[in-house]
Amino acid sequence: MTQPLPLPFAPPLAPPLAPPRAPAVAPVGWNRGRVGMACLIFGESTFFSVFVVAYLFYIGKSGSGPQPSDVLEFPLVATLCLLSSSATAGLAVKALAQGNAARAGVALALTVGLGAGFLGATANEWFGLIYGHGLTIGTNLFGTTFYSLVGFHAAHVALGLLMLSLVLGGVLAGKLGPEHSERVEMVTWYWHFVDAVWIVVLTTVYVVGV
Amino acid sequence: MRSCPQSIAGAFVSKGGGAWAGRILIGLWATPSVARADAGGGTPSLFMPVAEPAQSILDYGTLLVLICAVIFVVVMGLLTFTVIRFRASAADNDEEPPQVYGSDQLELAWTIVPVLIVIVLGLITAGRIVALQKDTRPEGSLAVRVVGHQWWWELEYPDLGFVTANELHLPLGQVAFLTLESDDVIHSFWLPQLAGKLDVIPNRKNTMWIEPQKTGMFVGQCAEYCGTQHANMLLRVFVHEPEDFERWVREQQLEARRVDAHAEGRALFAQTACVNCHTVRGLTEIGSFGPDLTHLMSRTTLAAGAAANDEASLVDWLTDPDHIKPGVRMPAMKLSHSQIARLAGYLSSLE
Amino acid sequence: MSASTETRVPEAAKRTTSGWSQSLHDWVTTVDHKRLGILYIGAGFFFLVIGGVEAILMRAQLAVPANTFLGPQEFNRLFTMHGTTMVFLVGMPIVTGFGNYLIPLMIGARDMAFPRLNAWGFWMFLLGGIVLYMSYFASMGLYGAGTAPDVGWFAYAPLAGKAFSRGNATDYWILGILISGFGSVSGAINMLTTTLTMRCPGMTMNRLPLFVWMMLVVSFLMLLALPVLTGAQVMLLFDRFMGAHFFDTQAGGDAVLWQHFFWFFGHPEVYILMIPGFAYASEIIPVFSRKVIFGYSFMVAATLAIGLVAVGVWAHHMFTVGMGKGLSVWFAVMTMIVGIPTGIKLFNWIATLYGGKILMRTPMLFCLGFLGQFLVAGLSGILLSGAPLNWQLSDSYFVVAHFHYVLIGGLVFTIFGACYYWFPKMTGRLLSERLGRWHFWLFFVGFHLTFTTMHVQGVLGMPRRIYTYPVERGWEVWNAISSSGAILQALGVAVFLFALAQAFRRPQWAGPDPWNAWTLEWSTSSPPPAYNFLTIPEVRSRRPLWDLKHPDDPDWEHE
Repeated sequence: MTQPLPLPFAPPLAPPLAPPRAPAVAPVGWNRGRVGMACLIFGESTFFSVFVVAYLFYIGKSGSGPQPSDVLEFPLVATLCLLSSSATAGLAVKALAQGNAARAGVALALTVGLGAGFLGATANEWFGLIYGHGLTIGTNLFGTTFYSLVGFHAAHVALGLLMLSLVLGGVLAGKLGPEHSERVEMVTWYWHFVDAVWIVVLTTVYVVGV
Repeated sequence: MRSCPQSIAGAFVSKGGGAWAGRILIGLWATPSVARADAGGGTPSLFMPVAEPAQSILDYGTLLVLICAVIFVVVMGLLTFTVIRFRASAADNDEEPPQVYGSDQLELAWTIVPVLIVIVLGLITAGRIVALQKDTRPEGSLAVRVVGHQWWWELEYPDLGFVTANELHLPLGQVAFLTLESDDVIHSFWLPQLAGKLDVIPNRKNTMWIEPQKTGMFVGQCAEYCGTQHANMLLRVFVHEPEDFERWVREQQLEARRVDAHAEGRALFAQTACVNCHTVRGLTEIGSFGPDLTHLMSRTTLAAGAAANDEASLVDWLTDPDHIKPGVRMPAMKLSHSQIARLAGYLSSLE
Repeated sequence: MSASTETRVPEAAKRTTSGWSQSLHDWVTTVDHKRLGILYIGAGFFFLVIGGVEAILMRAQLAVPANTFLGPQEFNRLFTMHGTTMVFLVGMPIVTGFGNYLIPLMIGARDMAFPRLNAWGFWMFLLGGIVLYMSYFASMGLYGAGTAPDVGWFAYAPLAGKAFSRGNATDYWILGILISGFGSVSGAINMLTTTLTMRCPGMTMNRLPLFVWMMLVVSFLMLLALPVLTGAQVMLLFDRFMGAHFFDTQAGGDAVLWQHFFWFFGHPEVYILMIPGFAYASEIIPVFSRKVIFGYSFMVAATLAIGLVAVGVWAHHMFTVGMGKGLSVWFAVMTMIVGIPTGIKLFNWIATLYGGKILMRTPMLFCLGFLGQFLVAGLSGILLSGAPLNWQLSDSYFVVAHFHYVLIGGLVFTIFGACYYWFPKMTGRLLSERLGRWHFWLFFVGFHLTFTTMHVQGVLGMPRRIYTYPVERGWEVWNAISSSGAILQALGVAVFLFALAQAFRRPQWAGPDPWNAWTLEWSTSSPPPAYNFLTIPEVRSRRPLWDLKHPDDPDWEHE
């Protein structure tokens, strides 16, 4: 059964130093960073879908307690902050790729600032809801679905901000250059995703649900 | 001993995957449904329907099984033939056999045939679903309200004015329309010989229908895991001739019997915490957490099948319910022996 | 021959023997896909033994009616832990382990795309398993509801909510799976990215081994389904700890919503478990028939079709919930439809065998068992897809029989086949053919005694998840037979473990290509060196080694 076989790929007796990587057959532009981040975004999307579905399902089903139309105001400031932070993030990547560390730093700082602004606006909104209207996660179905959906989104914003701050730190310390722009772009992909989720959340909670 | 030779023989018919169908058929026909004196009901086999829709479901199921059996025989036959015919022999040289990479025609053929089977099966299935699922109460049907509890069944006859537990009584030949609710978690109401199962879900009303076609006693039980005593949430259904059913209804509609010999027991019942959970119509009607006891003795078992319904079992139950049905929601009432004896005497008078 | 071997041998390589602590350190800190693969598979088999013991205890309790061997609480915990263990701590890691080990080798890569993420994933999975089993060591708690979870492996609401599952037992279930789920998702990201971006020159998608194609579909399903479970479990955690009302029926929440979420995950999950079984069979059957796989493109298309349709059938687990007729019709028909591509694959495997030279070695025996058993599993699935019949058979032992036919008759059999097939590659040693036969036949007979019979119990009206049954039901003969089969299966697994040990005590060396196979993993040594291949291969067809062994009749002239 076992056939002696000439092995063109026979290993040597001792491990060599790292051999060069051969070119793969992936489509142009498909590197592991992009595909990996795309996969992560896909998985996160299905995670968020569950909360969106629960929110939509329970619209109008809260028997008591504050109702959306009574307590929700369209979060214009928060939305503007977040959406423009995507634009500045894109600018940052472009600047870094061109080698302009200063401009990249400014754009990143703006991104982080605007993101923090979003979080601040959310915190402000929640403060009003909890202390002003007495709406908590346990108050009724609206509270349950609102805080979990918006809360998980905010948590992802916070995570993105953390990553962006690290990148900002790297740029300011002079440690990141054009050769890192691909990886930085992956971080901004995550940030754009968080933005896109916000648009879905916005529509679900503040448009459809009200 | 009830396992007759046929069922044992049935069990040992060929172990190959090919004969499970045969084994089932032999085993089922050979499994007797002998009712014992204290129990009865026998085996709730899908193959012994006594009502609609169980009969229609069996007819539909038989068709499906036949189709699947044909597919099985054909494919298994092909596989068996192939393995035997093309087995490498010791005398084989080391030459590789001809490499066949595929055949578009074959692929088309064995795609189209399954597609046709699925189309036929799908249409039949859709038709059966529409025919057998009735969402509105038919004219002249008997209304029954089923409420699932951990771990017993509350059965109310809203038009007839009484509530009982665990044992469903139905008249022959009349459609019964059941609404299914739950007081706590999800249970499932399953009487295999009468109908398919349907879940009872809190905050939701499900409906089903049964039209019994044979008299007798048949069994079922809860079919959705609902906690510790899921296994002991048994169901019995008694199908009566219409006159017998009428008689049973009249007896159930009466208020609880007042027997002078058990006046002390009755008084004890009324003063103890029993009344917080149990209703005895004519004595106390504030308790609804536990089963209605008005005609307790008209039922054949205690605690949804956990014990026989006699005074001795009642004494055991009152002393420590958890001993008979571990995890049961009724606590031990910590009464004295004499108090229990009096209560048991009273309860066994509630016919 | 190889290129210039003028290399300075690094200091680390000169160490010829390592102490056991160095070995342990190497294994714990490894990011090598092969070692992680072995760790995944090893851990999976460890939990298989535990889950098997849980099953044997249950079968002992059910062997006779009105048995008092186990009380209801113990039994209910056992079936919960058994199901949870087998799905999440045996099935998932083993399929991830084989995927991890073989994908880079099969595509001519040196490792996975994200080696450190790979390692993180393994340790998260293990942590999840430990958290789940910590529950057995937890105390009974104030309400007597501590210790292991007892809500069933799918933990329906509101039984799993705070009101009806007091104490922390259910929380162990939630957290254990949640944590190990991160491992699975990271594994999926890794497998997908590796397959799409790290193939060697010449290996177009059209030349991928079927194993890799199938793991690609599995990875996609994992990314789709697992986060849904995570979301639902987080909702349950919010209900239990923060007073939320997602599934709190006493506050207007919907119990059926949990079922929709769970089964939207749950149905793709069973394909996540089964498709790797198809992958192993698709590699083993051709080699032991000495023929190329029949209908490669159709196998790929069928797998993609299964992956897509499998997402739309979840409520066939919910036919008894009281859905409207329209939904019931949709899910019944879609479930029947997903049987079509599955059947196509079965026919292609049989066509591969047909006309070949079938070698009845242990890997092939297990795959043949798989073919027959999966046919039965698929047909019992068709029976269950007919909603009216499902109203009778759902939640009965018929369903238990069906899914054990799929998961044991299908997946475990192919896993055993894969073990016998790839163990030589992983360790350099062959497993004893004689012991393999003993293993196969013991396990095969035991499996059929237990699970073929189980269809009967279902048809006779026996519901699942009951810790005992009355003697009047007429179920005792069948239960006794089912219980006897469990012993044989245990013996079969014991023989397997013995065979593993024997391979180390009395090795038969395998060489690089003991089966005369055709995919790239057989072109390197057994076991492969850390870097897999000295030079990255270049391929011109789906069977690069066939081309080398048959230069007169290479595959690329036929594809």
